[in-house]
Amino acid sequence: MAKTAKKETPKKAAPAAKVAAVSPIPESPLFFEKPEKFNQVNHSLTKIDSMGLVCGQQKYVADIDLPNLLHIKVLGSPHAHAVIKSIDVEDARKMPGVVAVFTYKDVPRIPRTTAGQGFPEPSPYDTYLLDSKVRFVGDRVAIVAAETPEAASEACTKIKVQYQVLKAVLDPEKARDKDAPIIHDEKDCRVPIPIFYDPKHNHCSHVETAVGDVKKGFKQADVVLEKTYYPHYAQHCPIEPHICIGYLDENDRLVLRTSTQVPFHARRITAQTLGIPVKKIRVIKPRIGGGFGTKQEVLLEDVCGLVALKTRRPCVWALTRAEEFMAARTRHPMVVTIQSGVKKNGTITAISMRIISNTGAYGSHGLTVLSNCGSKVLPLYRADNIEFIGDTVYTNLPVGGAYRGYGATQAAFAMECQMDEMAEAIGMDPIKFRQMNHIKEGESSPIFKALGEGREGVDMAIGSCGLSKCITEGMKHIDWAKKYGKPGNGTKRRGLGMCCLMQGSSIPEIDMGAVFIKMNEDGSFNMLLGATDLGTGSDTVLGQIAAETIGCKLTDMLVYSSDTDMTPFDVGAYASSTTYLTGGAVINCAKKVREQIVAVAASIMGEKSEDISIDDGICYGKGRKNKVTFGQVCNYAMYEHKQFQIGAIGSHISHASPPPFSAHFAEVEVDTETGEVKLLKYVAGVDCGTAINPQLADGQTQGACMNGISFALTEEYIFDENGRMLNPNFGNYKIWSTKDMPELVTFLVPTYEKTGPYGAKSVSEISINGALPAIGNAIKNAVGIRLTRPPYTAEKVLTAMKELNKSAKVTGKAAPKAASAAKAVKAKAEKPAVKAAKAPAKSAAPVKKAKK
Amino acid sequence: MKLNTKINGKAFCLEIQPNATLMDVLRQAGMKSVKFGCGEGSCGSCAVMIDGRPRNSCITLAGCAEGAEILTVEGMGNPENPHVLQKAFVDTGSTQCGYCNPGSLIAAKALLDKNPNPTAEDVKDALDGNLCRCTGYVKRIDAVLQAAAESKKTTKSTRGKK
Repeated sequence: MAKTAKKETPKKAAPAAKVAAVSPIPESPLFFEKPEKFNQVNHSLTKIDSMGLVCGQQKYVADIDLPNLLHIKVLGSPHAHAVIKSIDVEDARKMPGVVAVFTYKDVPRIPRTTAGQGFPEPSPYDTYLLDSKVRFVGDRVAIVAAETPEAASEACTKIKVQYQVLKAVLDPEKARDKDAPIIHDEKDCRVPIPIFYDPKHNHCSHVETAVGDVKKGFKQADVVLEKTYYPHYAQHCPIEPHICIGYLDENDRLVLRTSTQVPFHARRITAQTLGIPVKKIRVIKPRIGGGFGTKQEVLLEDVCGLVALKTRRPCVWALTRAEEFMAARTRHPMVVTIQSGVKKNGTITAISMRIISNTGAYGSHGLTVLSNCGSKVLPLYRADNIEFIGDTVYTNLPVGGAYRGYGATQAAFAMECQMDEMAEAIGMDPIKFRQMNHIKEGESSPIFKALGEGREGVDMAIGSCGLSKCITEGMKHIDWAKKYGKPGNGTKRRGLGMCCLMQGSSIPEIDMGAVFIKMNEDGSFNMLLGATDLGTGSDTVLGQIAAETIGCKLTDMLVYSSDTDMTPFDVGAYASSTTYLTGGAVINCAKKVREQIVAVAASIMGEKSEDISIDDGICYGKGRKNKVTFGQVCNYAMYEHKQFQIGAIGSHISHASPPPFSAHFAEVEVDTETGEVKLLKYVAGVDCGTAINPQLADGQTQGACMNGISFALTEEYIFDENGRMLNPNFGNYKIWSTKDMPELVTFLVPTYEKTGPYGAKSVSEISINGALPAIGNAIKNAVGIRLTRPPYTAEKVLTAMKELNKSAKVTGKAAPKAASAAKAVKAKAEKPAVKAAKAPAKSAAPVKKAKK
Repeated sequence: MKLNTKINGKAFCLEIQPNATLMDVLRQAGMKSVKFGCGEGSCGSCAVMIDGRPRNSCITLAGCAEGAEILTVEGMGNPENPHVLQKAFVDTGSTQCGYCNPGSLIAAKALLDKNPNPTAEDVKDALDGNLCRCTGYVKRIDAVLQAAAESKKTTKSTRGKK
């Protein structure tokens, strides 16, 4: 059971307990039927918006022209932790072109979260539109709206702020110390659901669960290993930075055209922040230039709403790239300690995972990213005794948030490195060790129920698992049998590494998606989705599911997402849920539409409904003697007999979160003289159930792999001693481009997941998790060092190799440089290079220009 | 000040500020395919062709384009009559969010204009300045190679006609 120690009484009650009595509300189906063959799904049909995108026709947020547009600039804090003693905006207000300036004195103070999650959110209400205190470098100080972006920026420099600079918390491991400054000392921060929250000790969340008895498990083990891993800060780097346009429409309602993954949560949270009713706001999500989680955050909408309402003029706020790095959201860095016990025969007797997660200045997704570390990683391997203890702490550093992988990235890094360490300790092949321990079809894990999102999880058995095949196929692609454990003996050593992964598909019994479909007289359909295509191709995937169910072509589905005035509710694009969850809603909706079509066709042809079959937009009578087209059906329904609109709405919630599975492999070459790691080849096999659109699923895998690789090898936040990021630009925060690419091989392993639409599971997140452990294990295989503080830069590799050589000399063992590195380490498996792992995570990349 | 320039084959006389970037001016003139990504020439989202050479328009002063011929993807083709590269990007599934596509297509066109028979390495060189966070680049490299092969076929057949 997840511990929900309660230190503060929340004002709002928890969601009502499930009503056991029979309810007239229709249930979402547990399973979906499997058709004999697929006509539209499981085909690589052309992404419906792609031609418009490559011709520059699709409209993103910025791509509309509004007259009298104001430009917003927000003055960011230069200090990591300070109180605003005084703030004078008179000079700024007087500047030519400046229309409005707002400070905390001018706006309502309503605590809320920026995390775009279901209501009530499992994230603390610790964030304000503006506050008299700043909690990280880049935190909001004041808002300026002006006729030009230049005037707005200039005005920011004229605002006179007197700060009382406070001691900052920059080390998450010391955040809960007795003498640590309190970051959220305000009285009104709170959590909206009954969960642990102790801001007075910078303690944002706590999750604890246990299965069996780990102490007993360690006693049963032949080897017990403990190691600490430090997954690092990272930014999503969508090529389109956050942007929002606000204006009042002809009915004086606030319209927010915004780069969001969560239009409905954005509407609700903006209403809450501004203290206005939801009905006053319309959120439009046009095309989005990538999100990866950072746009699951309601970051700009409140400010644009405020300015539009106060000035009654349209306004735009577009983040600069530096602001995107410093003041948008990041991947929670963590300290992950794993203690594990294993028998010589390969049985894992116990796993203890303890985590300190750094959420930065605000607790956005602080609890749920933490729970996911356990729930998306621990079920992968069988162990009778498991313990998970996690704590999220506040620091005065950039704010964590949702980032593709969502905790699984951080924990899988630790767990999969630990798997290699365990295999080495008992002298077993790391793949064989994984193959004998990984979860298989029909099996379950107590973790599924123990760890939910802010509440208990949902028990489930694995209905589909193609992991075994991902492993065996991947081994062939990387040539494992021939290359593993053969580093060579020159100055450049080669190594192979691998890892296994799982994720989830939506948040079971919490997330809901809904769809509306109506028929047009030429036999086409409008499908309106609350689900949010942010570039993934979900409009296409969901269109394929609808076309398959109704019995027409994808080209006859006109898909639109999303607009809170026009489309039904959907939680949004997160938690690997759109295909799996909203796809279910599409089937539920399209079935109703199909039934109506069948009824009309039966009426036209004078046949029984049960005799009607549909094939490619044509309804056939018994024995295919009679037929009517979809166009005839719709015209009949619109104009001829018992007229009605053929159309329906459908919703879905899932009762499971079936994991996709994946195996990743990396081949590296490590230069023992410079420490440089060259990634030669990367292989990823993914079981996402039925790939609704294999080409798009493959694209998700390739993109996620490349992001993970870049995260593992070069992406790094470099801070000065006061908590300021020194490299907020693509020149010094290196994300990979074409010339950096390794040979990348990706493949799909089809399985059929009965709880998913046409057998589908999720695909988007899982593959970002593989590179940190797979490359880490490959480096270990090549030169015998275990790096626990990524990214794996040349400096860290070299430092760790020197430490290894030193300790090898002390223990009288042969230095790995002379003989096979892998063997040298194997000989002293009980003493891995712990010291080397503690090499300081200081600046690796030279900082060419630090922005002010 | 005035800027006389040709954009996608059409002559423009635009009133601009001396410090205006070409990116802003092109967007104001309606070429919304020119995207802001970083504002410092690191990501390539704003790339346009100036007199046949790919340039990051966010770090190019608009005044530099006086008398120049500028090409954006709007000028490369449209859905009814797409450029061979645009079609190849669509066919290979190189488009996810699409935000970086215009800049990448300009870089790809600049390559094919100069080198109609590129190797994969040539393509990687040419597209290195165009960051993409969605696709992992594999499919777009295929797309450029496919477009090159396709162009060769077309050139052969039209040459026969001439």
